[in-house]
Amino acid sequence: MKRVQYEHSIVPYLFIAPQIIIIAVFFIWPAGQAMHQSFLLEDAFGLSSQFVWFRNYEDMVWSEPWLQSAIFTVMFSALVTFLSLALALLLAVRANEVLRGARSYKTMLMWAYAVAPPVAGLMGNLMFNPLIGDLYKGLNWAGWDFNHNIDAFDATFVIVLISVWKQVSVNFIFFLSGLQAIPNSVMEAATLDCRSAEKRFWTITFPLLAPTTFFLLVINITYAFFETFGIIDTTTQGAPGGATNTLVYKVYADGFLGADLGGSSAQSVILMIMVLTLTVFQFRFIERRVHY
Amino acid sequence: MNQSLLRTLTNHTILILGTIFMGLPVWVAFMSSTHAPETLFREGLQFWYGGHFFETYTEVLFVEGGVMKKVTATKMLLNSMVLGFGFSIGKVVISMLAAYAIVYFRFRLAMPLFWIIFMTLLLPLEVRIVPSYEVVAGLGLLNTFTGLIVPLIASATGTFFFRQFFKSVPEEILEAARLDGASPLRFFIDILVPLSKTMIAAIFIIMFVVGWNQYLWPLLMTTSEEHYTIVIGIKQIYQVLSEGGELPQFQKAFALTILATLPPVLVVVIFQHWFVKGLLESEK
Amino acid sequence: MATLSLSDVNKRYDNGAHAVRGVDMEIADGEFIVFVGPSGCGKSTLLRMVAGLEAITEGEIAIDGRRINDVSPSECDVAMVFQNYALYPHMTVYRNMAYGLSNRKVPKTEIESIVRQAAATLRIEEFLDRKPHQLSGGQRQRVAMGRAIVRNPKVFLFDEPLSNLDAKLRVQMRIEIKRLQRSIGVTSIYVTHDQIEAMTLADRLAVISDGRIEQMGTPIELYETPATTFVASFIGSPAMNFLPARVADDGGSITLDEGPVLPIPAGALAAHAGRALTLGVRPEHLGEEGDDDPVASLEVELIEQLGADTLIYGRLAEGGEDLTVRLQGVRTLSPGDTLPIRAPWRHLHLFDAESGARISLG
Repeated sequence: MKRVQYEHSIVPYLFIAPQIIIIAVFFIWPAGQAMHQSFLLEDAFGLSSQFVWFRNYEDMVWSEPWLQSAIFTVMFSALVTFLSLALALLLAVRANEVLRGARSYKTMLMWAYAVAPPVAGLMGNLMFNPLIGDLYKGLNWAGWDFNHNIDAFDATFVIVLISVWKQVSVNFIFFLSGLQAIPNSVMEAATLDCRSAEKRFWTITFPLLAPTTFFLLVINITYAFFETFGIIDTTTQGAPGGATNTLVYKVYADGFLGADLGGSSAQSVILMIMVLTLTVFQFRFIERRVHY
Repeated sequence: MNQSLLRTLTNHTILILGTIFMGLPVWVAFMSSTHAPETLFREGLQFWYGGHFFETYTEVLFVEGGVMKKVTATKMLLNSMVLGFGFSIGKVVISMLAAYAIVYFRFRLAMPLFWIIFMTLLLPLEVRIVPSYEVVAGLGLLNTFTGLIVPLIASATGTFFFRQFFKSVPEEILEAARLDGASPLRFFIDILVPLSKTMIAAIFIIMFVVGWNQYLWPLLMTTSEEHYTIVIGIKQIYQVLSEGGELPQFQKAFALTILATLPPVLVVVIFQHWFVKGLLESEK
Repeated sequence: MATLSLSDVNKRYDNGAHAVRGVDMEIADGEFIVFVGPSGCGKSTLLRMVAGLEAITEGEIAIDGRRINDVSPSECDVAMVFQNYALYPHMTVYRNMAYGLSNRKVPKTEIESIVRQAAATLRIEEFLDRKPHQLSGGQRQRVAMGRAIVRNPKVFLFDEPLSNLDAKLRVQMRIEIKRLQRSIGVTSIYVTHDQIEAMTLADRLAVISDGRIEQMGTPIELYETPATTFVASFIGSPAMNFLPARVADDGGSITLDEGPVLPIPAGALAAHAGRALTLGVRPEHLGEEGDDDPVASLEVELIEQLGADTLIYGRLAEGGEDLTVRLQGVRTLSPGDTLPIRAPWRHLHLFDAESGARISLG
């Protein structure tokens, strides 16, 4: 807050009103609805509903598909996060070192930020299409009995690959800016103290990047949870047999396509709690980031 | 000396491989879109130009029934433009106003209102899919641009971004303006908005891309082709392709991915400086 | 042109901090007042309260007898020059200076002539079309003053305006500010933590510490008769030496703790026999020449040759207290040498050991 502020009765309310009104109508109200519905059980025709306390939650947590989806989501997020961070870090470190063509590399490695996940999904899907996709043919030719329409592992492979491809650029931009923020003098001092470039990286550069890395960790987990929706919806759509359902995709599939309002709402509420946890986590780190 | 040369070589090798990894899918998609469907069907993906560029793209862009039943890709691109601009302009305006109120005024409900805005971070669309759809449907806003854009522009990111920036504006500027007799509105228009120009540009570019790339919300909101954005069109053509039938028109699918990718990528590349600034600042 | 009066002005923040404590002050028309004190002492807060930028918790501030506590800053007819200039970065110099006038609905042609005249006074006419970032620090400083002058205010406020400039420019701008203030004769308050700036600019200066006015007076009054050890240490450079001491029981001499005995004129301290003191003496008054007999000798540890002066840091041979001595001209001394110290009675300052308050001699 500013030390000096305007004191005025109505003006600030007018300024803040548009945002608050939209939030109330399109955020708070639906979220409240989701919570309310998560305690209701509708009959098969959606004509009447009854208050069932936590039964939807119990049903959900003990249902095989939800558990499977939860496990898959965690595994999938870990894979996507780790791979895209590692790849981006490698590229950022190298891009930070080169003198010639640094700008071009930067451009060439970051434009993919602008590709929408579903577009990336479709592009990938076409590459793996059994009819024309060279990747599909290539993998089979190489001896891998590859079919992502039937095999859960293969399907996971496809969406992880696409998700990583899409996320590398964001991580790259942040890592590169993090690297550039390290003072030159520190790196010069390190060069005098330590001859091995690799050792220098792990003992100096990487610890100095820790704030960026923690921050990206949260960003990437959020991405893997939520934004991969578009990728999954244009590739596997949860197939085969729900093996690639992330929790978010399952909310959509159950609630919107399957019309199980109570169950889908209960899943939504669980997701809200997960987001809350992530956000608290993130703010903790950002606070710490200030102090390094 | 030798070792540093080696390091330079590895650096470039890794970066070139990375560039290929990032670029190859789009390269192949574009090249494949310039071939006849028969070629694709017979030979698979294409790596070089195939000569059917104009055929494919004219049909996709201008011929009714070329991709969808009725609308052309041009119409879908226009819809995406409307969504991209509507989203980014709306977001900048709404969040600047709110951030101004929060930072520069002392008023009773400031804290609770700030927390309400903060709460939107905890409620991404993905966790309230069905009820959000119901609200918009109840307001009769399905298949309208209002219903498409307005619910998207109220989230907190933009407000936080401007709040952070306003807080970094030296306090003396406000004090000087008050001594100069500037009213709250005058200060906002004469001083704060001009001072925020680069920030506005940066956030505008990010938000244009984010708006253009919206998927889940338009997917729920639009059921008529008239309002499909290009990104939604992709989902539709995917369904057509997977349903099979005659010889699948893969080249059109490729063309559509290129058309959907090109505008936001161009924006990001051309305005790279602002884009990176906006990204780094807004995600903080 | 105005008089300014502050009576029992207090500032308390919501967090309980008491930033300004019971300040009383009368400022005459055209007077140049300087608030000086260490950072965080409340001097800027006090200035900002005069400007109307900070609410007044208790007490009253009046300009020309008119209470301004609840008057909005733009209406109480003060102008302010800020520490970092606070120029509007997106406006040209001309627009920066004209902005306040146009908010007051001054006709355009009039604005033009006022701004041009002020620009001429400040010699910034050729920069009128530039943006602040195209100017040097000194030029920005002038623009900031120009913005204040064009308003033709009753009171001129300066908030550490020179602290962002390099040393040479600071001296130059200091003189210009003084000249400008003289020529328009406007009542001014100037805040600084730099005692040289304070001494050179002020008609009267107020030394502020911990939200209170420690002492107010002309620069020479403060230099010669500082009211407290705080004022004594703050005014003058290098700072005054302080030594713990005691008046002998018979009132006839002062004894430094574990050190030499200083004779004093008969009867001067009769009323204070046995009292614990802080003895203050300025480095420039510990001369080696003079009629007085040396009272102690200094073991030289470090010498700073300034050309015009020589600063000598060392310890008293007896007692080992640190002492700084300033001698005129170039001296050839080296560490380890011994320097005889004279401390003329008329230059000694006596303060109560507990409260730090000056002990005035009858």
